[in-house]
Amino acid sequence: MQRNDDYLQRRAHLAPLTDEELQERFWGLAKQLVDPLIELAYTHTSPSVERSVLLRMGFSSIEAKEIVKHCEEKGFLGKGAGHAVWRLATLEKIDYREAGLRLGKGQYWDQLEQFWAKGGAR
Amino acid sequence: MTLKHDEKISLEFILADLAAYRPKRKGWTWRKPHTTGKIGPFTYKQSSESLQASGGLPASKYFNNIDPQPDCTITTEIASGRFEDDIRRMRMAAWHGADHLMVIRTAGQSHFDGLIEGTPEGVGGVPITRKQLRATRKALDYIEEEVGRPINFHSYVSGVAGPEVAVLFAEEGVNGAHQDPQYNVLYRNINMHRSFVDAAVAKGIMAASGMAQIDGAHNANATAREAWKVMPELMVQHAINCQYSVMAGMDKDKICLSTVPPTAPPAPCISLDLPYAVALRQLFKGYRFRAQMNTKYMESCTREVTTTHVLNTLLSRLTSADIQSTITPDEGRNVPWHYNNIHGVNTAKQALLGLDGITDYVTLNFDGPLGGRVRELKERACLFMEEIMEAGGYFTAVSQGFFVDSGFYPERGGDGIARKMNGGVGAGTIIIRETDYMAPVCDHFGYNNLPTDRSITKPCDLIDGCTFCHSEKIQWIDELDPEDNVHQRLAQNETERHEGLLRPEVQWHGDGIICMTMFLPAAERVAEFAAKDIAERLGLEDVEVIHKQAMHPSEGVLIEIKGRVPFGIDPKKLVIPPLVEPLNEEAIRQYVSENKLKIVAATVGEDEHSVGLKEILDIKHGGIERFGIECHYLGTSVPVEKLADAAVEIGADGILASTIISHSDIHRINMRRLHQYCQEKGIRQDMIVVCGGTQISNEIAKEEGMDAGFGRGTKGIHVASFLVEQHRANKKG
Repeated sequence: MQRNDDYLQRRAHLAPLTDEELQERFWGLAKQLVDPLIELAYTHTSPSVERSVLLRMGFSSIEAKEIVKHCEEKGFLGKGAGHAVWRLATLEKIDYREAGLRLGKGQYWDQLEQFWAKGGAR
Repeated sequence: MTLKHDEKISLEFILADLAAYRPKRKGWTWRKPHTTGKIGPFTYKQSSESLQASGGLPASKYFNNIDPQPDCTITTEIASGRFEDDIRRMRMAAWHGADHLMVIRTAGQSHFDGLIEGTPEGVGGVPITRKQLRATRKALDYIEEEVGRPINFHSYVSGVAGPEVAVLFAEEGVNGAHQDPQYNVLYRNINMHRSFVDAAVAKGIMAASGMAQIDGAHNANATAREAWKVMPELMVQHAINCQYSVMAGMDKDKICLSTVPPTAPPAPCISLDLPYAVALRQLFKGYRFRAQMNTKYMESCTREVTTTHVLNTLLSRLTSADIQSTITPDEGRNVPWHYNNIHGVNTAKQALLGLDGITDYVTLNFDGPLGGRVRELKERACLFMEEIMEAGGYFTAVSQGFFVDSGFYPERGGDGIARKMNGGVGAGTIIIRETDYMAPVCDHFGYNNLPTDRSITKPCDLIDGCTFCHSEKIQWIDELDPEDNVHQRLAQNETERHEGLLRPEVQWHGDGIICMTMFLPAAERVAEFAAKDIAERLGLEDVEVIHKQAMHPSEGVLIEIKGRVPFGIDPKKLVIPPLVEPLNEEAIRQYVSENKLKIVAATVGEDEHSVGLKEILDIKHGGIERFGIECHYLGTSVPVEKLADAAVEIGADGILASTIISHSDIHRINMRRLHQYCQEKGIRQDMIVVCGGTQISNEIAKEEGMDAGFGRGTKGIHVASFLVEQHRANKKG
């Protein structure tokens, strides 16, 4: 869109504001604008977010990549890749690193499928 | 191990035992204010703690060799493409006062969906990997001990792997990072939803490790056609990232606005840049300011660039800067070189020190046009955000090309960057967190349904600790590529490095590159080709013209070229005359008093320069009179014959001739004539005859028959010491 500078007409409602009020308006607008963005982030995840969880759990970048790839394929990314690893370790009563390495090789996903198919009951 | 000033940093040591190395410190460190501000003969208003070892500005020798450190952090950007070369460059920059070392990533890393490992070579920067970070941080841990100040290591948490990179940085002790999802969206065409989802997690991790964040707004300056018109939009971009960061858990004290004075001369900078700088600092009170230097209008003239950067620094001092970043003056040539990093750092340090305390003497005049312009910019920014909300929010606005438009908002050029909501790299990859979404790690932003049936005090109790709490859990990958890695690169020039062959360099170890400056009295195109021919005939390879500037359309052109020297020098084969240490002051005084030394001195020929010689003679300048030597100064433009005759008349032991002018080798001719005249008079054998001047060296003087020559930097003690030694030798005969 092309538009000439109509600042003088547009500013009419801002003109009476004091500097403090203008400052408040600026930050009020910023918050209004950012609120839905932060809400999106709060409720969503991504492959990189999940790999970052696995890194923090002590998996290497190569291991994390494989686990997340399988997790995406199985449609479990929304549960959390770290959750998948932790859950398998709990179900199988094995060390969680071992659980992650198995999942990275594409193994044991059916255990998780069964568990979550039953609604995740313990 | 500690670094010794007279030893090179050992890459072998840095690369050894990296698997177990842990950073000494995490998080950002601001400089500590100098407690009194008293440094050398001066008192500073805006200084920080001095370094224990450093390299001062060249003129510091006139001021007790002080090297005051300004109050704000100083950045230099390192982009050699090889981290092993980055390390040496960082050490040099730290020595000159940089404490924010920003490593540029290799081209394309922002589109790499995951982490890179090992130490492959990069283009325009280095691949940021765990090994590269750990080795660099290790080197910096030693370098900061050498200079005595914490060094902030910095890179980029952007691209499609932001959260992973943030974890890597937190684990490896990286202290600061660029993080701004808008940068991904606008300049890297990464999907907007993905960018914002990733950014919140990345910011949460950065906040947890105390990293400082720099936003990406400055890129709009560099991208827009008329950079000064983007000011209202820039304020909106800053606001979005600041607000988003606070909501993701960052402390305002660690959120830095990346701000650049938008214009450069011949534009009237103050009238455009100052209102913008003031408006930002008023609106964003409580946040930090990273003042970057202008890159938009950089050409290949390093002098022009430096002037712009000094003006940028003036603006920092008239307003404020928590971080004064620098751009190398040769960035316009796309070859940021070692010594230009140092020049950039010194430009900032020099300007900041020179402007120290300026607001005690000069105040901003808000009654003039400044106040009105500040207000107008703020209003324009508010109007911009109002229209974003009317359009349906941020994502819609981006898809409609609101950003990086060439108009001065609300003017619109209709040429903004529009990105599709469902387009870009990583489109369609974000997924809603289900009600039982869970992540058993600390500092994880967003919904996290941790189990309630376990007694845990923090999320990572579920796994007996995450890497932030137990660093021993970090997995180490060394190299993945057997060919493209630091060890192979070092092996390639290992023989040379061990033999100590010396080649000039500007970017990489021993790259052989040198620069030459020449003036050619010809029109531009002729001069350019002539310059290349000259460089090639001198034996240089890969010759390129890096700067040309007509001094007049027909009278001539200044040309700078670069080229490769096709040989190395073996320092062991060089014939280097030993440095003569002067005698101690007491020994000189005693000898002079026992032997009553007497000299005559003058500036010879048609030469009116007197300052240098007086410095050598005068007692108040620490000259040779101080040692009791009787001096007869005859003045300037004295014929050599008159000088020698005077020596005979008063029975002097020595003649001190000064010759500054060197056109047509007149300095050599004067020395030769003086020597010959003394021979003719039969006094040469017993008379000590020495000469000094800016173009004189000991070697040149001896060639022309003098007993010694003294060049730049000579002090009275050097001359006095020589006179004593020579007098003693002559006596022994």
